[in-house]
Amino acid sequence: MKLPISWLHDYIDQEAIGNLHDFAEKMTMSGSKVEKIHHLGAEITNVVCGRIEEILPHPDANKLVITKINIGSDDLVQIVTGATNLTAGDYIPAALHGANLANGLKIKKGKIRGVESNGMLCSVEELGYTKADFPEAPEDGIYIFDSPQELGSDARAALGILQDVLEFEITSNRPDCYSIIGLAREAAATLNVPLVGAATSRPLSAINDIKEYINVEISNPNLCKRYIAAVVKNVKIAPSPQWLRTRLIACGLRPVNNIVDITNYVMLKYGQPMHAFDIRAIDGGKIIVRNAVQDEKIVTLDGEERGLDAETLVIADSTKAVGIAGIKGGEFSKILDDTTTILFESANFYGPNIRQSSKKLGLRTDSSGKYEKGLDPELALACINHALELVEQFGCGDVIDGMVDVYPTPRVEHKLNFDPAKIAALIGINIDLAGITAILSRLGISVDGTAATIPTFRSDITIWQDLAEEVARLYGYDNIPAVIASSSNAGGKNAEQKMVDTLKNTMVALGYSEMLTYAFESPKVFDKLLIPETSYLRKVVRISNPLGEDTSIMRTSSLNAVLTALSTNYNRRNPEARLFELVKRYLPNENPAELPKEENFLVAGGFGNMEYCHIKGVVENLLYVFGIEQEQLTFAPTSALAFMHPGRTAMFSLNGEGIGFCGQVHPQVLENYEIGASSYISVINFDALRNFANLEKKYKSLPRYPYINRDIAVVVKTTVNHGQIEAEIKKNGSKLLKNVQLFDIYEGKNLPEGTKSMAYALTFGAPDRTLTDEDATKAITKILTALEQNLEAQLRS
Amino acid sequence: MKDDLLKIKEAGLAGVTAANDLRTLDDVRVEFLGKKGSLSQISRGMGSLSAEERPIMGQMVNDVKDTLEAAVLAKKSELSQKAMLEALATETIDVTLPGIAPKIGNLHPMTIVTEEICQIFIGMGYEIAQGPDIETDYHNFEALNIPASHPARDEQDTFYVEGGHVLRTQTSPVQIRKMETSEPPIAIVAPGKVFRSDEVDATHSPVFHQIEGLVVDKGIHMGHLKGALTQFAQKVFGDDVRTRFRPHHFPFTEPSAEMDVSCFGCGGHPEKMPTCRLCKAEGWIELLGCGMVHPKVLERCGIDPNVYSGFAFGMGLERIAMQRYNIDDMRLLFDNDMRFLRQF
Repeated sequence: MKLPISWLHDYIDQEAIGNLHDFAEKMTMSGSKVEKIHHLGAEITNVVCGRIEEILPHPDANKLVITKINIGSDDLVQIVTGATNLTAGDYIPAALHGANLANGLKIKKGKIRGVESNGMLCSVEELGYTKADFPEAPEDGIYIFDSPQELGSDARAALGILQDVLEFEITSNRPDCYSIIGLAREAAATLNVPLVGAATSRPLSAINDIKEYINVEISNPNLCKRYIAAVVKNVKIAPSPQWLRTRLIACGLRPVNNIVDITNYVMLKYGQPMHAFDIRAIDGGKIIVRNAVQDEKIVTLDGEERGLDAETLVIADSTKAVGIAGIKGGEFSKILDDTTTILFESANFYGPNIRQSSKKLGLRTDSSGKYEKGLDPELALACINHALELVEQFGCGDVIDGMVDVYPTPRVEHKLNFDPAKIAALIGINIDLAGITAILSRLGISVDGTAATIPTFRSDITIWQDLAEEVARLYGYDNIPAVIASSSNAGGKNAEQKMVDTLKNTMVALGYSEMLTYAFESPKVFDKLLIPETSYLRKVVRISNPLGEDTSIMRTSSLNAVLTALSTNYNRRNPEARLFELVKRYLPNENPAELPKEENFLVAGGFGNMEYCHIKGVVENLLYVFGIEQEQLTFAPTSALAFMHPGRTAMFSLNGEGIGFCGQVHPQVLENYEIGASSYISVINFDALRNFANLEKKYKSLPRYPYINRDIAVVVKTTVNHGQIEAEIKKNGSKLLKNVQLFDIYEGKNLPEGTKSMAYALTFGAPDRTLTDEDATKAITKILTALEQNLEAQLRS
Repeated sequence: MKDDLLKIKEAGLAGVTAANDLRTLDDVRVEFLGKKGSLSQISRGMGSLSAEERPIMGQMVNDVKDTLEAAVLAKKSELSQKAMLEALATETIDVTLPGIAPKIGNLHPMTIVTEEICQIFIGMGYEIAQGPDIETDYHNFEALNIPASHPARDEQDTFYVEGGHVLRTQTSPVQIRKMETSEPPIAIVAPGKVFRSDEVDATHSPVFHQIEGLVVDKGIHMGHLKGALTQFAQKVFGDDVRTRFRPHHFPFTEPSAEMDVSCFGCGGHPEKMPTCRLCKAEGWIELLGCGMVHPKVLERCGIDPNVYSGFAFGMGLERIAMQRYNIDDMRLLFDNDMRFLRQF
């Protein structure tokens, strides 16, 4: 919302406003945040009002003339111009040597076709405006003032284009502040000075001639709280006076003509839109405010035909809709150059309905923007009366005596009881009833005992806490003493949150960097990942209004996240990548009324200087940190994951429950993601891992008797894997076996085709004695026997 | 025999002196002092001596043995020292070669900043709370006093999923979940992802992070809100940072405020401020929204607003991270380029 300071001067003593920046700061701190301070016209310099004393022909150019300009100094200024609309005696804006004009244009003296020229005479375009802003300006030529100006004075001031404008951010609870009057009220309260001249002085007429012209009927009083109509005849469409136009321009509106400008001016001043109809278009002399008939059509002012539904409120005459209430007028009833009698509408519509209709129609207008916030119906009378006052003042028509004012349920000021002690306690200051009363009175809220009377324009104040905010903001938030609460809570993270920290810190220690990916992705990822058509992963939570297809489903796996990140790094020629993230996946709930299931997964992946054992090492280390015992954990080869290399992927389980997999990504998937390097990933169900985690460590006593080490090497078929051998060794190693460590794998010379040698270091020990060789030999014999029986393993000699 | 002994002594000492390396020295030791060495042989010959001569001779043999052993030991030490020096000289390596160790990874800057902020509040006695990313309309809006007609519920801001649920647009629903399930006193912060229907650019992302705070107890007032948040700002941005609280409006707090901190760029300095791009010459950076928990919100969660009061706040985390690390484009945070991630 823009507030030209010169307009504010109408209502508040200029001296009280004082320095612009200080004033802006005060307004911000009392709750009307100044977003920006505009100095309109500031970029234009050294343009003065001058009078043309003489016009001489140019000796060498018949399209140019030489002008002598009086700028109030002893010497006349000679300026050469090509303009043809000048006569001696005209007052014009003259840009002198060194002047800056709009669009960065700089004026320097020089010679034009051999004749000295010391500046430039200006059109409105050179000052940054258009003919629409200054309708009196010539089509193509120098701007000529319509009255004598002080010679040498600042032309910007004479044109009214030198304006300081504050732009406010208005919060949604204060629709009353989307108006000059509303902001002036806030300024008066902030500065603690009186607000003057805000009310219209035009007396209301007791005569009701208007009834001969128009009748009004509100058929849906829930959606239209008030409708006032007034009529002006013998309308003379003309430009409005300059002071009004410059105010519109300063607020960012384009002047149109006197009638339109008056409605816009009133809207800026009071915050309520008005509308003007050509009365010729109102059939039957009757306005009916009603819901549209389903699929009723109307052509709006912008020339578009729009279909309406039964929820949309229209302004209609006895036969048809003439406007969409509060949103846009109808093309058919608009003001034309030959309009002679107009109907002014000043109405109050129900905000949420206007918002809905505007949304449905895809039609947001200045008017709908104001109405949808919810306006005070009391404004309607002030608006229309002021509009009529301006019509009379500008002589643009004859106002018919009286108005039609349909106002089924007048809004009344409501009373709100409060407890001063509670207000003081909520704010945390010492303030008594008298202090509170004094502050509230600045806002036009009167207090009787402990009952506050809330003005009709402050519909946002409904509970005593709202009053507390009013008191606090004028008391000054900065004046409330800050207190450090002595917390009775211990604070801190819970076990689950600490596990997340442990997870992340471990992954970092293992050399992986944390990535950050979107929770939504494209439905195309499943094909890229070769996910079977029947997979549960394809049952997704869909976003009803996504930004685009690429972000239209909530992810059901972390695979696309990690592969996309690997692809990014590969394609930027990073030689290696190690990435992880703790991600959520979202699975639809069978009962759609319930929230989807959110599950936490760790995903890790990398390429470059990497092979299968690296990713498995990450898994092993991570599980070790979470206190998983070797005995709980098994890795088994799997070819069941379509997106993984069938021969280089393992599922791992804790106590038989699968919690994740690790391995090499399927080459086809890598191709789909345009990754040219072998890549390895692991995914762990973190929620499941958390259930197995054992972070409460208990000390186990160190062995008191020395352990014995024995190495064995067995020859097995290449299809037998380490996991099987290790399991067999552990199963048969008796209690004495403390550790099994693979230290060599050999295939080739001296071994039969299709076999390999696996060498293990075995450690034996007992808590109560030193083992003998015999003990170890006995254990090894048993192990070898089992290996031979179950895995056809031969001791390698 | 005595002469033999003297010869052995001389020959032994000469051998020791001549030995250039440990192996030669050991040969010398074996030759003279070994089990089958010269001295042993002399000792064995002592059986033929008379009872008077035997102790004298024995003494002499021992003296020679001691002398030789001492010489061998001394030489051994000398040669060891020398051998070590020689070995050290040949073992010189290029100590400027790259180190070998698993490269440590990096936490994401958003995690680092979030954690830092959580720790500040933990230090002030807060717990960490969390909630789902996909929320019910009730928790995300209704319970927060944002009725169906409120503009904040426009589709243009909120992602909806099937079943009428929403991707939470703020971390505030965690407040509701906490109050629904706990009795005051409550002091929590809730960091997490939030979702808004914004196209991606240098300062916008449809997914970003917020942290929410909530304190509910008897007698909590605006002074407590100011105290906690000012302390927080000073811990994050340094003791010199100034804060200001401006009245604002949120449906779920009353009174409401926004907290600004003095600009990180110009610090509000009168000469630097007018040209400061960071704060657009305002001297202040808008950091967070806050306020006293609206009585309707307390009531909906079963907390009696006549007994308890509370304050709440919420802020975006991306901006804090971007300021902290001088990151000028938000897209980098979601890009996952190792060259970026390795910098934190």
